[in-house]
Amino acid sequence: MSHEAAELAARASYGKLVAYLATWSRDVAAAEDALGDAFLEAVDTWPRTGVPGRPEAWLLTVARRRLIDGARHAKVEDVAAAALRLVMDRAEHEASAKNVFPDERLKLLFVCAHPAIDPAARTPLMLQTVLGLDAARIASAFLVSPAAIGQQLVRVKAKIRDAGIVFEVPGRDELPSRLEPVLEAIYAAYGSGWEDVAGADPRRQGLAEEAIWLGRLVTRLLPDEPEAEGLVALMLHCEARREARRDSDGNYVPLTMQDVSRWSRTMLEEAEARLSAASSANTPGRFQLEAAIQSVHARRAATGRTDWEAIALLYEGLIRLAPTVGARVGQAAALAEARGAQAGLEALGAIPPETISAYQPYWALSAHLLKGLGRNTEAAAAYARAIGLSTDSALRRFLAAQSPTI
Amino acid sequence: MKYTIVVYESESDFSARADAKRKDAYWGAYKAYTQALTEAGVMAGGAGLQPPPTGTTVRQRNGKRQVQDGPFAEAKEQVGGFYVIDVPNLDKALEWAARCPAASSAGVEVRPNLSM
Repeated sequence: MSHEAAELAARASYGKLVAYLATWSRDVAAAEDALGDAFLEAVDTWPRTGVPGRPEAWLLTVARRRLIDGARHAKVEDVAAAALRLVMDRAEHEASAKNVFPDERLKLLFVCAHPAIDPAARTPLMLQTVLGLDAARIASAFLVSPAAIGQQLVRVKAKIRDAGIVFEVPGRDELPSRLEPVLEAIYAAYGSGWEDVAGADPRRQGLAEEAIWLGRLVTRLLPDEPEAEGLVALMLHCEARREARRDSDGNYVPLTMQDVSRWSRTMLEEAEARLSAASSANTPGRFQLEAAIQSVHARRAATGRTDWEAIALLYEGLIRLAPTVGARVGQAAALAEARGAQAGLEALGAIPPETISAYQPYWALSAHLLKGLGRNTEAAAAYARAIGLSTDSALRRFLAAQSPTI
Repeated sequence: MKYTIVVYESESDFSARADAKRKDAYWGAYKAYTQALTEAGVMAGGAGLQPPPTGTTVRQRNGKRQVQDGPFAEAKEQVGGFYVIDVPNLDKALEWAARCPAASSAGVEVRPNLSM
């Protein structure tokens, strides 16, 4: 088994075990601790006794014992401990009878993105409980301090336990509104939606693969949800261009200049298949629209051109759903390509100024359009602003080279 | 709340300052970063420093003064300057720190200022 395969298997196991233990104990932190102990015991025991025939069942038995011991230590009322033991026994019996145990990860995903959980905590919580990522890795991806995120996760898990948040998959009527934050949390792990304008490489943040994995998990556990399919299609479209985003010297290459032969055919095909399956339901949503925008870009591989009017129209739809600064800058870029730099600048001018003072893509696009109109002094100032707001040295180099010399 | 972004630079960063091929990119990036901080209204002070060999370290021990050429500690990365920024919280400070050109080479350290 390759290292990567082993990591994926461990990840799948970890999430399933935590989800299962947490669903029954209703205590995410205790479930993780118990599982952590079980892994430690495995490291200690397995080299001597050999890996058990069903490692997951072995881990589950040890973790369950720890959970019940823990409950006793915490002086949980005897009744509660007895009830816990009972449900665990029953679950384990079911599991051993079927030689599998139920996959409760969907319930755990819905708990992580529950409306009662602080939106900023949802993605980190999901990454930690479902994927087993540590706080340092999560903190690096989100540019927050590891200590702060550790404390936040502890607080959130206590809230889940103390507030009695239910581990369940919402009913049909509630599902769309409850699924949205789940998908948003996964997308936040993928990285900024604006990679093509901002030029940041989501791979640098290191969680692109994990996010796609989570997205696929949702579509497997909850089939026929158009927005979930849309999200996976969107992430795959962006991921397909990863190689093309830098040239062989590591220089930044904007989307419109990318060598289409370096786009991943397999990822694009999967993205297109998922998007067309999603759109057959005829219930458009944010992720389907964003995936559709990327799909129009992808068509350049076949047609050699980009239909910017179509992209502008899709952005119009996105803005109607939620007028985010990202969508508005995206639309301005499309309008500029379709109707000229002046049209793009007018669209940029309509964006509320308080939202753009530290928003790099606004300045990068603004600089590009001003230069196109020959307004070089203003262009140079906007380029400087965009460079100052960039976090990526390849992108800084690219922008500096574009800036007109006055 | 005020934070200081301590800019650490490698020898290669310091030499870029006067290197004919690299100095435009170096100074351009810092000028742009400083300007972005100013225009976003978060800049509260700071300075760029001359390279480490220009430093002189002074220690007072048992009534005796020791003066030594060079920086306080020998290290691969040395302080090249600092920015003081005024932002609502650490997350915002880290966001600005990530944009500092040194973050992509040696590194930057963010510390909350003492209120005095």
